Amino acid sequence: MTTTITPPAHQQIEPRPAAPAGTASYLRQIRTLARRNFTHIKRQPEMLSDVTIQPIMFVLLFAFVFGGSIQTGSPAGYREWLLPGIMAQTMAFASFVVALGLNNDLQKGIIDRFRSLPMSRSSVLVARSVSSLAHSSIGVAVMAVTGLIVGWRIRNGFGNAILAFALLLLFGFAMIWVGILVGSVMRSVEAVNGVMFSTMFPITFLANTFAPTQNMPLVLRKIAEWNPISSLVQSLRDLWGNDGPIPTTASWPLQHSILVSIAWSLLLAAIFAPLAIRAYTKRTTD
Amino acid sequence: MFSVTRSNTPLAIEAIDLVKRFGEFTAVDHVSFDVPQGTVLGMLGPNGAGKTTTVRMMTTLSEPTSGTARVAGFDVRQQPDAVRRSMGLTGQAASVDELLTGRQNLRLIGELYGLPTKQVRTLGNELLERFSLFEAGDKVVRDYSGGMRRRLDLAVSLIAAPPVLFLDEPTTGLDPRSRTELWDVLRGLVREGTTLLLTTQYLEEADQLADNIVVIDHGKVIAEGTALQLKDRSGKASLVVTVSDGAQLAEAERILREIVPDVHVNSAARQLTAATTGLSDMTTAAGRFERAGLELDDIGLKRPSLDDVFLSLTGHRAEDATPADSEEMSV
Repeated sequence: MTTTITPPAHQQIEPRPAAPAGTASYLRQIRTLARRNFTHIKRQPEMLSDVTIQPIMFVLLFAFVFGGSIQTGSPAGYREWLLPGIMAQTMAFASFVVALGLNNDLQKGIIDRFRSLPMSRSSVLVARSVSSLAHSSIGVAVMAVTGLIVGWRIRNGFGNAILAFALLLLFGFAMIWVGILVGSVMRSVEAVNGVMFSTMFPITFLANTFAPTQNMPLVLRKIAEWNPISSLVQSLRDLWGNDGPIPTTASWPLQHSILVSIAWSLLLAAIFAPLAIRAYTKRTTD
Repeated sequence: MFSVTRSNTPLAIEAIDLVKRFGEFTAVDHVSFDVPQGTVLGMLGPNGAGKTTTVRMMTTLSEPTSGTARVAGFDVRQQPDAVRRSMGLTGQAASVDELLTGRQNLRLIGELYGLPTKQVRTLGNELLERFSLFEAGDKVVRDYSGGMRRRLDLAVSLIAAPPVLFLDEPTTGLDPRSRTELWDVLRGLVREGTTLLLTTQYLEEADQLADNIVVIDHGKVIAEGTALQLKDRSGKASLVVTVSDGAQLAEAERILREIVPDVHVNSAARQLTAATTGLSDMTTAAGRFERAGLELDDIGLKRPSLDDVFLSLTGHRAEDATPADSEEMSV
């Protein structure tokens, strides 16, 4: 047996074209991946039910079934008062969509396939966030139309109204990281469902979403008023003019709801983004 | 850096002392092998032997605990992106997007590779045609059969025409016809110069496709060589004689015992089986039978199958999961 020395193999194998690097190709990856997520919605329109049928059902249920017995002190009436609450709840569920989509891709080996390609590691998560924000925006639009039909109005001018929508999207952005964390940690879509339902429902209900906090027992009232959802909902009501003056007994976050809502969203993102990225990295590198 | 090989064929894949540990459990234990360009390596082993983990390390999906691998000359640890540009991977589960059409799947991966849109479209159509999926190209994948999904999975892996292709149990779960079809496709790729590494638990598959076989058990390479070499290693062939007339079986047995003492008689099949060392025993036996006037239906050497080889190497059959694995995996 003779041993010969050959040059390194890559000199003889046809060199591969280098993938175009830089921002342009990064944006293209995100566009391609986001388009894939939208195609999923097109193929399974029921994926949109969380931002269409479900919130509309909540509006009808609360506005017409419970609404009569809930005293809000809002001059505009309960239906108008309710709508910002439902919008915030819809945004909180943005995390749900992200978690389900990501978990499904991890389970089915799609993420492995992406990882075997010469593409940016982060584009998968960024594209998830982009499509999730688009998904939630559809929900906000549907809610706005439903609201206008049942009597919700924007009363404090265009600028304030836009600021309110921006606050909603900022909160949605923070919730995406929660979704990435849950989607990366859980081992099945069923587990994601279980965790999200059992946490998101109490969190969105233990707030000023559907009923004022004044009549809650003291401990619950404190918790509800410090809930990030409550400051978001309060700022929406203030900016759209859907509520009367805040009772002086309300906690500090409700008195300064806009700033607190921004702070909460940034804080949630600052806490959950590193946790989410760590969980995702751990899940995808054995 | 120079690669030392036994010939001048450049190496498309080199596994260099790969080790992967998950906590206490060693899934891959110092695995090394070479795959010359344009050849097929079959990685053979039971479930849980460490095949998939080895492939995951070689395709940059999993970081080796120690050791490394080179794909198309690029180091998986130092140049993962160059490795990804040089190889395609078809995983164990057909990892295609069920909610997209076949064509959209090809487009998705082609664009993520960074190929120009126009080229993706042309290549996509070519691949659909080649894998007999052209008609189904605009159907949503969840309506595909298992065989169609595997073909699409393979087509997707080929969208960037990679010189090296990794296939992790490409035919597991396929019916025999789809399996044979896929084998034909793979042979076609090899003719065009693609280097393949395929893992399989099917000995027949390795025998059919692979130029070289690496047998893996408990994360270790326990044998390596061509199918023929492995068969030779596992011991003796047998001489099988079938007499035409059952009444002459005893006479035939007597003659055969003069040449090889260890003869097994199967009266119902009028068949004698004798452990032998080679061809000379067969020619001697044939001559004596002729002189004795015995009529034979058949006389021949039977080589051990790869199944026999695996059994003799590991003490268990390839299709059985290694018994200890389930316990070890759950640690």
